[in-house]
Order: sequence, then C-alpha cells, then structure tokens
Amino acid sequence: MAYLFNTAKQQRAMLQTIGVDSISDLFNQVPEQLRLKRPLDLPPPLSEIELEAHLRECAGRNVGGSSRACMQGGGVYDHFIPAVVDEIASRGEFYTAYTPYQAEASQGSLQAFFEYQTLICQLTGMDVSNASLYEGGTSVSEAALMAMRATQRREKIVILGSVHPEYREVVETYLSHLDCEIVVVSTPEGTVDLANVEAALDDRTACLIVQQPNFFGCLEDACRLTDIAHRYGALSVVSFDPISLGLLKRPGDFGADIAVAEGQPLGIPMQYGGPFLGILACRQNFVRQMPGRLIGQTIDRNGERCFVLNLQAREQHIRREKATSNICTNQGLLALRATVYLALLGKVGLKEVAELCCRKAHYAAEQLSTIDGVELMFDRPFFKEFSLRIRNGKLDEVLRNARCDGFDLGPTLRHFQSFATQFGKASEEGVLVAVTEKRTRDDIDRLVRSLRKSVLGL
Amino acid sequence: MDPAELNYTTTHEWIYAHRGVAAVGITEFAVRALTDLVYIDLPDVGRMLGVGEVFGEVESVKAVSELCAPVAGKVIEVNESLPDELDILSEDPYGRGWMIKLNISEPSALHALLDLAAYQEHCTTDSH
Repeated sequence: MAYLFNTAKQQRAMLQTIGVDSISDLFNQVPEQLRLKRPLDLPPPLSEIELEAHLRECAGRNVGGSSRACMQGGGVYDHFIPAVVDEIASRGEFYTAYTPYQAEASQGSLQAFFEYQTLICQLTGMDVSNASLYEGGTSVSEAALMAMRATQRREKIVILGSVHPEYREVVETYLSHLDCEIVVVSTPEGTVDLANVEAALDDRTACLIVQQPNFFGCLEDACRLTDIAHRYGALSVVSFDPISLGLLKRPGDFGADIAVAEGQPLGIPMQYGGPFLGILACRQNFVRQMPGRLIGQTIDRNGERCFVLNLQAREQHIRREKATSNICTNQGLLALRATVYLALLGKVGLKEVAELCCRKAHYAAEQLSTIDGVELMFDRPFFKEFSLRIRNGKLDEVLRNARCDGFDLGPTLRHFQSFATQFGKASEEGVLVAVTEKRTRDDIDRLVRSLRKSVLGL
Repeated sequence: MDPAELNYTTTHEWIYAHRGVAAVGITEFAVRALTDLVYIDLPDVGRMLGVGEVFGEVESVKAVSELCAPVAGKVIEVNESLPDELDILSEDPYGRGWMIKLNISEPSALHALLDLAAYQEHCTTDSH
C-alpha cells in the first residue's frame, strides 16, 4: 500500500476548502470527555535500518506451513500453490475490488466469477454454480435451507455423523430459530450403515447431507446414499473435497442435487483458518432456490460479449424478508484464486495432484500402521486423509514429539465433543493425518521414525 | 376477455368466473409495473388454495412478486405455455395470459372482490 503524505501547506489548503481552522477542530463532534488528551503510548520512532531489523526479527519467529511438514487434516490442507495464483490474485484490479454492487461496471470481476462458475460446474458435474459463499460450513447450511425451500419440507433434515462437526454446528446455528429437526446418523464404523440412514429418512425429510470423503477421511457410499435420499423424495446434498474429484466420481454424475465444498484446497493458503471459500452448485431446476450471486453471460447493444448479475430480484436488497438468503455477496478474491488454480491445473493436472495425494497418503498409512500400538482407526477406503489410533495413552507424547521433529498432525478427534458419544474411548486415541502432494517420501519416513521412537518412549 | 366483466384483487390479480369455474391472471397494470418478465412459477394441478394463498410467483429483472388466489378453490388447470412464452402476459393479460383455472369452493366469495371501477380507483391511489 502506498504511503500518502501531505505537507503543512496542503493541510492548510484542505482545511480552508472545507472551512475549518485546524485538524483538531475536526474532532469537535467527539464529546470532550471522550477525547484523548495525551500522545498515544507508543515506543519512540525507529530509523529505517532499525525498523527493518525489528521486522526481520519478528518475522523470524513465525512458523509457517512452508517451514514444517504440515500433515493436518480436518477440512484445511497444505496443498501446493503455484506462483501464478498469487501473481494474478495480487493484481490491483482484483485485489482491491469488493464484490461488485454496481455490478455491470466491473466486467473484469464478473468475467472472473463467470469462469469460476464454469469451472465449478465442470469440476462437480452440476448444472449451475453460484459465484461462491463464505466457506464450507455456510455452504452446507445454505444447502440445507435451499433443500427445505425446494422440497417445501421444513420440518426435518438428516445429516451423517461423519460430516465435519464444525459444519454440523453451523447448520445447527442456521436452523436454531426454525422448527426443523436435525437428525444425525452416527457412524461408529467410520462410515455410515445404509440401513440406519434408511431408518432415519421419511417423507418429511428435506435432505440427506453426506460428506465425501468424510471427516475421518473415509469414503462413504455416496452413490447409494443419494439413491436412498431420492427414494424418500429428499434431496441429496454432498459436501466434497475439490481435490478428490481428480479421482472420485463427480457429485453430478451420481445424482447429487446440491454439491457443496470448502474451496480452500484450490490455491488458498491455510492462513490460520480463514478466510476461505464456500462452493455451492446445484441442478438447473433448483437455480431459483440458490443463494448468493450468479453471473450470466450475454451480449450488449453493440453485440459484444458481456457479463451481468442474474437472479438479483431474489436477493435481500430487493426482496427484503422474502429473499432466498441473507448472503448477498461472494468471496471474490478467493474465488479468483480457485479459478486461476483450476484453470492452471486443468483436468490432467488435477488428476495428477489427486493421485499423488492418494498414493502418498496410502504409503504413509501403511508405514505408520507397522508401528506397534499405532493403527488405522477405521478399515475403510480413504483418499488423502485417515484417522490414526494411537493406543496406550501415548497420543499426547506422540503429537508433542512429532511437533518437535517438524510435523504437525491433527486435529485430534477428542477435540470435538460429539465424537465422545460416537466412538467412546477410541475418540481419546484418534488423530487425523492428511498427506498432500507436497509431502515427500523422506518426510513420511521421518514421521514414521518419529512416531516409532515416541511409542517406545525413547 | 373484457376487463369490465372481471373481478379484481388489491394485489392485482383478476378473476373471471363462470358456472363455478374461474380463470385467474394478473392485470395489465401489474405486468407493466413488473417490466421485463423472466420467470413464472405456477402450482400443480390438484392443489387446494385458500383465499389469498400464494399459488406461484412471477419474476422480472427488477422484482419477484407472489401470485395470490382471489378466492378459495382447487386448481384444475394450469397454463402450461406461459413459462416458455412470457410475452403472452404483456400481449394479452386478460386472455391467453390466464395462469390457473380453479374450481371455486364458495362462489359467493366473488362479491368481496373489486369491480373494474374500484380496481382502477385502487391503482391510482396505491401504486403498489
């Protein structure tokens, strides 16, 4: 950001123009007793040399994902971000723009979002995507509300216990003032038992919410779950990992009605847990129930291609209390990052990333389970993430030592209260491990050595 | 259809009743106020509607308006050609622009509605 200075002469000229005698007069509207009448309590100014040394010292204390091997999972992943993503996203035209309120004047932003929507549709196999929402949790919640509107069933939704517990909390918050029952089908075996889902559904159910791969990393039988939902006239809402679609069947291909995701893996840094990107796509027939902004392509009066905001009439600034959603914006800059990332990787690149994650994760799981007292918590197929069970009360020690050795694992399952009831004692011993394309075989082997030492108490 | 033979609601629907069956649409005034129409959502045949109940919505580039049933009744027919040809609404709002046909539950309910003069009066005093 540029440093904007002004001289005493310029200040006088400005004050004169607005008819004020001094800068302090500008604060006259602040009540006398609230005004600070002493200098701010700040350390003395630094010279440029001192300042640079000070900042360098501060920055040196940062421990970022790039200086360690981050193998944390649970919805946020340390995927590689190609330099071109930052290059484009940091251009002033994009970087300083907020979601366009005078939309059609911002053709560049609209084009980027239109391309984002196109890429998300290709990625998911769905008909239509909005221009993005805030993050994974809001996407799941908005999908639930959308399903309630589309089916006119406002009394009940069913959600699997293997959906991210924080997403489930967001759903609970969203629905807390509606008369809607949220039925959670528990997943003690890591994935859900189809018969239990069948028992939970009925003809009052608006939707079935499934996460694929689920929170524990396991693959649910998303196809059959979708079929079961449809049998009861409920919509199938699938929360997916965008990278996984390089290998797994697309939600649109197995009949999901609404596909949602946390878009962080698509070129967005982990940045201490946010801001992230909410993806939401659906079938054409639900487009008018869809929240958020939707960019369309058309031609202007000169016959040139141009972009417009569609379906605005359903947004809250026009429709007030009858709006589809209170979300009237999108996550512009991060949607742009995802657009650049997907465009750069393409179909083949995304498949390669997915394959690398999958192979490396399976190598890691195989090696880690050779350690005595360490095992996979669930015997289920997985993609890039798995739940590791560390027995004999060694979990804390293992995590502490791994951290010292430069590896971050987690979150632990006991971090989430709802798992205590689902898994009992096992939840005390479970931790998530995710392996992205960034991890090398050497990283994984060193992690295995670190854990082996820890469980032996060395 | 002659506008003088119709009854009207304050929410800008018209209704024409004959032998217990009624056709319902929206007025020319409403169509003009909405400007460019882009979408219409109509109910399924068989649905029971109460007086004033929302039976669908019509959307323009500027606004979404709900369609309200002038009288109670059962939907016996829906104008299937409207969703694909919204121009019909501006070309012939009182004829080919009909939206639904109802089996009226209580024919006497029609008396509570506005006649043309009263509706025109309503349009000049209330621009919504």
